[in-house]
Amino acid sequence: MLNVSWAPAGLGWQAILTLALGVSLVCGQASPVAAQDNAPQPAEAAPNAKATESAAATDAKPAAPEVSAPAKDALVIPILLIKEKRDKNQPLSLLDIAPADDGIAGAKLAIADNNTTGKFLNQSFKLDVAEGSIDDLIKEATAKLATGTGFIIADVEPQSLLKVADALAGKDAVLFNVGSADDSVREENCRANVVHISPTRTMLADAIGQYLVWKKWINWFLIVGPNPEDKAYADAIKRTAKRFGAKIVEEREFKYEVGSRRSDGGFEQIQQQIPTFTQGAKEHDIVMVADEGQLFSDYIPYRTWSPRPVAGTAGLTATSWHPALELWGGTQFQNRFRRLNNRVMRPLDYDAWLAVRAIGEAVNRRNSGKFADLNQYIHSPEFEIAAFKGVKTTLRAWNGQLRQPLIVTTPKLLVSISPQQGFLHQFSELDTLGIDKPETKCKAYAH
Amino acid sequence: MRFKFLMAAAIGGFALSFAGAGAANAYTVFVTNEKDNTISVIDGTTLEVVKTIKVGQRPRGIVLSKDNKWIIVCTSDDNIIQVYDAKTYEFVKTISSGPDPELLILHPDGKTLYVANEDDNLVTIVDIEKGTVISDVPVGVEPEGMGLSPDGKVLVNTSETTNMAHFIDTTTHKTFDNVLVDSRPRVAMFNTAGTQLWVSSEIGGTVTVINPADRKIIGKVAFEIQGVAKEAIQPVGIRISNDGKTAFVALGPANRVAVVNTATLKVEKYILVGQRVWQMYFSPDDKFLFTTNGASNDVTVIDVTNLKAIKSIKTGRYPWGVVISPN
Repeated sequence: MLNVSWAPAGLGWQAILTLALGVSLVCGQASPVAAQDNAPQPAEAAPNAKATESAAATDAKPAAPEVSAPAKDALVIPILLIKEKRDKNQPLSLLDIAPADDGIAGAKLAIADNNTTGKFLNQSFKLDVAEGSIDDLIKEATAKLATGTGFIIADVEPQSLLKVADALAGKDAVLFNVGSADDSVREENCRANVVHISPTRTMLADAIGQYLVWKKWINWFLIVGPNPEDKAYADAIKRTAKRFGAKIVEEREFKYEVGSRRSDGGFEQIQQQIPTFTQGAKEHDIVMVADEGQLFSDYIPYRTWSPRPVAGTAGLTATSWHPALELWGGTQFQNRFRRLNNRVMRPLDYDAWLAVRAIGEAVNRRNSGKFADLNQYIHSPEFEIAAFKGVKTTLRAWNGQLRQPLIVTTPKLLVSISPQQGFLHQFSELDTLGIDKPETKCKAYAH
Repeated sequence: MRFKFLMAAAIGGFALSFAGAGAANAYTVFVTNEKDNTISVIDGTTLEVVKTIKVGQRPRGIVLSKDNKWIIVCTSDDNIIQVYDAKTYEFVKTISSGPDPELLILHPDGKTLYVANEDDNLVTIVDIEKGTVISDVPVGVEPEGMGLSPDGKVLVNTSETTNMAHFIDTTTHKTFDNVLVDSRPRVAMFNTAGTQLWVSSEIGGTVTVINPADRKIIGKVAFEIQGVAKEAIQPVGIRISNDGKTAFVALGPANRVAVVNTATLKVEKYILVGQRVWQMYFSPDDKFLFTTNGASNDVTVIDVTNLKAIKSIKTGRYPWGVVISPN
């Protein structure tokens, strides 16, 4: 839920999807790569994946010239994606409900991209997907590790991430965290065998905060949900305010009991409740709302007592990816994703794509299948990924967190990219987002 | 997918030759304005915009036909290539390209056009006279840069996400070698002698120089500018002087063009130009270099002899590609 909760509440996701389908019909083809044998392996637990695959194969362009498939002695790199089944409430908006293959679809695209490159280098990548409880996932990961799968993409809760990291500690395995924004798993609870691809809460809060400070909207009225994740995000917002010279003029907790997501009617009561709840707050420029599950924050915009914009988990949000992003060559990337998966790319898909591309990049550059070589390269200063962000993305040496520009956006369209101009840093301006080296509590990473 | 060719009806007339070679320096600069859907026409003598041609949507890559009679431009958002008369600026015809054409290059034979087809991981080879697709060559993810060896025998395409320079035999239309370079290669450029191939890596921040004979890397050009963040140094456009001694590399948001010694591969000078400089083109006498500065909506004219920026010329919004006709 954590990562998914950052997905911008998209008006227009459905519309974009329809458009995407239209485009793919016109083009009438799939990337030639999708038709190859070494295209992503369908997940056992994801029947959809199978359907997508065969569809891609049927649509493949018959006239496309053949690229010679990897020879029998091709270097084969297996990658495992583990997705924890969570029992959580669904977000308010129908548009925000995560598809079953959220994340998996991004990993599949990266496998296809890696294989297109791999054809020229006689390298081949395959993806296995496991879904279930964390105990089942640990069993699966351990079994796969015994057959040589050392690269694991983890879309799991923070506590589960630590569990699986500890279970695989000391073995030839590295985890790529794509499911959790939690700072503690990068800091006091950091593990040497985890690389963190998804942005942290502090990075996301700083990304929005820098933009608001640039805008000179520095008086924030903070509304916090009742869950521990909401409090953690609120803490990140408070940290941001302190760092960048904004002020929390008032804080209120939004207590609610989660009911059914839908009911016939409901808006009448909300229309009454939200103005009352926000009444009498100290003078503020913007309402900052912390509700990671997106269980109430989308009720806030346009219903506040004072006419003020909303940011945080509704209104203006920060994210690693947006389905409407077209900067830096992103159009072709979005198109490829749509053609393969028949839907738009969400932040979790992007994070999983980046994780699988990182592995591909290491294999391309080192031309090796040895875990130690590749893991060393990923953690070396040479390591960099072009990830449609305008600048290279790299890893922070002190905790294995991916350094990247973040998107500050409305549900429909990009507003800005953070770091903002003028937020300077001694080494990398990207390190003005989130916890920086002098503050880190991570000891497991050698630095 | 085979591309259908939509030939515009009004082809008649363009073949009529236009009289007058013009004065010695009377060349013409064509600049595509990505955001305005126009081409700015700059007079090479006065260095002023003399005409703005309305074209299709999102014009980017631009070349001239061998006889300099046609302007051939990728109108990316129309998913097509448009042809305009270089003298009258009248629309001539369209050439199918596949979706989102961005960069193209014309073979010295004057009729074979190579288009990077980013959406399909293909280089599409088009006969511009017959209007037919000759072949597609599968390459890496997001093909972009296109360079042709001076003898026309080797086409080099760069793929932005695969991070390779693909060497394609222009007779067999097959890739015969692939060289891994730094992240997001954007442009491939041979020197006139055909002894060096330069490939710029926008995100990697380097230029890789390759020996086309054995495809071994000769060396890499690194850039460092005091006061400019390392991440902002993003090499894109490359032009190499006719004598092969000096290369010019456009450094994107670093707002500078690097002057590189092709023997030592060391930067000798950084010339401050407009913002987000991408593409460049030499005047026919090699005395001036024109740069497109996307973020400042202008073109900088560099005096190649003195290595100084001498003028900036206001264009449309987001100038992208540039080509120069000797006429």
